[in-house]
Amino acid sequence: MPIKSMKSLETAAKKARSEREKIKTEVLICAGTGCLANGSLAVTEAFEKAVREQKLDVELALGVKTTGCHGFCEKGPLVVIQPKGIFYNRVKPKDVEDIVEKTLKKGEIVERLLYRNPNTKERIEQYTAIPFYSKQLRIALRNIGKIDPGNIEDYIAVGGYLGLAKALTKMKPEEVVDAVTASGLRGRGGGGFPAGRKWKTCRDAPADTRYVLCNADEGDPGAFMDRSICEGDPHTVLEGMVIGAWAVGASKGYIYVREEYPLAVKHLEQAIAQAREHGFLGENILGTGFSYDIHIARGGGAFVCGESSALMKSVAGEVGEPRAKYVHSVVRGLHDKPTVLNNVETWANVPWIITEGADKFAALGTKKSTGTKAFSLVGKVKNTGLVEVPMGITLREIIFDIGGGIIGDRPFKAVQTGGPSGGCLPESMLDLPVDFDGLTEVGSMMGSGGMIVMDDHTCMVDTARYFLAFLVDESCGKCVPCREGVHQLHGILEAICRGEGRPGDVEKIEQLSDTIVKASLCALGKSAPNPVLSTLRYFRDEYEAHINDRKCAAGVCRNLFTFRISKEKCIGCGACVKACPVDCIVGELKKLHTIDADKCTRCGACRNVCRYDAVDVE
Amino acid sequence: MSKTCSVDLDKARAILEKYPEGDSTGLIHALQDVQAGYGYVPCEAVEILCERLGVPISKAFSAATFYKAFSLEPKGEVVIRVCTGTACHIRGAQTLVDEICTALDLKPGGTTKDLKFTLETVNCVGACAMAPVISLNGEYHGNVQPGSIMKKIQGGK
Repeated sequence: MPIKSMKSLETAAKKARSEREKIKTEVLICAGTGCLANGSLAVTEAFEKAVREQKLDVELALGVKTTGCHGFCEKGPLVVIQPKGIFYNRVKPKDVEDIVEKTLKKGEIVERLLYRNPNTKERIEQYTAIPFYSKQLRIALRNIGKIDPGNIEDYIAVGGYLGLAKALTKMKPEEVVDAVTASGLRGRGGGGFPAGRKWKTCRDAPADTRYVLCNADEGDPGAFMDRSICEGDPHTVLEGMVIGAWAVGASKGYIYVREEYPLAVKHLEQAIAQAREHGFLGENILGTGFSYDIHIARGGGAFVCGESSALMKSVAGEVGEPRAKYVHSVVRGLHDKPTVLNNVETWANVPWIITEGADKFAALGTKKSTGTKAFSLVGKVKNTGLVEVPMGITLREIIFDIGGGIIGDRPFKAVQTGGPSGGCLPESMLDLPVDFDGLTEVGSMMGSGGMIVMDDHTCMVDTARYFLAFLVDESCGKCVPCREGVHQLHGILEAICRGEGRPGDVEKIEQLSDTIVKASLCALGKSAPNPVLSTLRYFRDEYEAHINDRKCAAGVCRNLFTFRISKEKCIGCGACVKACPVDCIVGELKKLHTIDADKCTRCGACRNVCRYDAVDVE
Repeated sequence: MSKTCSVDLDKARAILEKYPEGDSTGLIHALQDVQAGYGYVPCEAVEILCERLGVPISKAFSAATFYKAFSLEPKGEVVIRVCTGTACHIRGAQTLVDEICTALDLKPGGTTKDLKFTLETVNCVGACAMAPVISLNGEYHGNVQPGSIMKKIQGGK
């Protein structure tokens, strides 16, 4: 039944809430991509079986539902029991019986399933008391993990679509644009362009048709917040887009989703169908006469299609090559019509800004970067997963307080932000407040929010080489500086990593980078040298060691080091012998082991498994 | 395109039925559906697709070779995708790629002669918390270690 007014939406929300109140205890099982891979589907089935067989839904007024990603992917499958907020991690199907018997029936805690703080070793019962969560402030991710993404009633119960109703029935389109401008919201996809200004330009551009699009082509490797939002709270994205469409006067829109995200596509498609049924999308939205519809466009696996003009070409069914932007896409975008393109996270903030007020959003974060930002904290950090924090928080707080520090308490070396267009920041930058302008100033960028933590086992030259290899692959080939320049740059770095670097290479890199930055057509090329330039800026000594001394101290570039087992540290446990894929380690139990350097492929498997840090790099 | 036609083209016709005739904006979508239907994009199917959508063959092949999602060659029974995103890279994805290449005697993007395995690398599957990640026919496996990977692959098929 379509909902035709603000009033009937409020009634629907009330009804949905009272339905939810009938449930006294609720089991929330994470079904994000991470937890699914860890087996959360089987856990869900085990709970559902228990409910069926023991009639727990009647006996205990119990509800079981699957939610989007809780963010703490490393500890999955995650199970949260509400209203108490009990948090169980690494739950296996065989643990379900204990949870049912002890926690659900008797209110007791199953100790072994509680999260254990790796630094203090204490077990923590409450979801909100875990350091990973307690420092976060969730706006874009506000509903994820709390609602069932496949159920629109769940979204309505938590106040969903109220922002849309407010915008459409109580605000003029100009007022919506003004509110977004006043909130200071900047695009979360990488560029950080003020959303309000973008919307106003589009609105003011004369046209009979306008488009509002969502970029869900999250191409930066190491970033997955947009995937998580599409999977865990797809209606927020739709609501934000419809509000945007109302503000700029658009009638049609697309969500451009990566083809590597099948679950996100599925959930978005479901959500679109439900929103149409309820009258939030399509003809005559909420009985106001305003019409706007959204379609899914699946990406073809090209990184460059995250660039606005390339994305629009791809949506139109063409090869995704960017164009020169003498005229911006807000004026002439998809099918040459004025087009607003924002990414998933940006859209997810919009309903909150409308319902809670622009001032409240602007009060968060820093002066020029308001609100919060979601990051995917990954790499060599103890607590990996998705975090959302107010802008202006320091890198140290994110990596050490929320992330819990480096795995195995190894030394921190660098954090990479901004994807292939970003840079690597060293330890001296850890107290830098994270916002759009701060990161750009020190030679990196916010990007879409990937944050990859690296320890002393990561080689910075190899990291730069890695990103260039990525960009060589992903350059669309339209302009020469990017196609040829990045290729040459990559060649120089490959040689350095192979141990064939020559004096003068660093200067050549700098010169070539300068040309690529100045002469490339789109942002992909213009920012392509960033990973090299930022590592050169902060880790020049590593480049010099590779070129002059033919040494890779991190133990990554295979021609530039050998592994040796330390006489002092080896206890002869034999773990490395088992791990070695080429059987080149020998040694009796409890005696010193040795590596046959001729047979060794330097894969590092022994170093990874050694708990005594006894595998040295020479 | 000198190969003789050995694919069932009625399947392509059925897949393309829902696309309005002469509407070139459906090109990418149609290619995706063909890819999903056959597991790859047969050259002969592209010709039918071009007729249907009114797209020049050059444009269709331009798109089919531009986007990574399309393959003009048949793929193996098990498609192994090794994620080489940044998080996986620093946790040793390259070692995994090397090990699979050696064990199956192929290169990334290649398929074994018996059409059993195809090895692909993918830039990021967004499961970075479980790095390094591989997927076997779409099913994700996290925290994969060199040494145990081939067992997983052989067992997964």
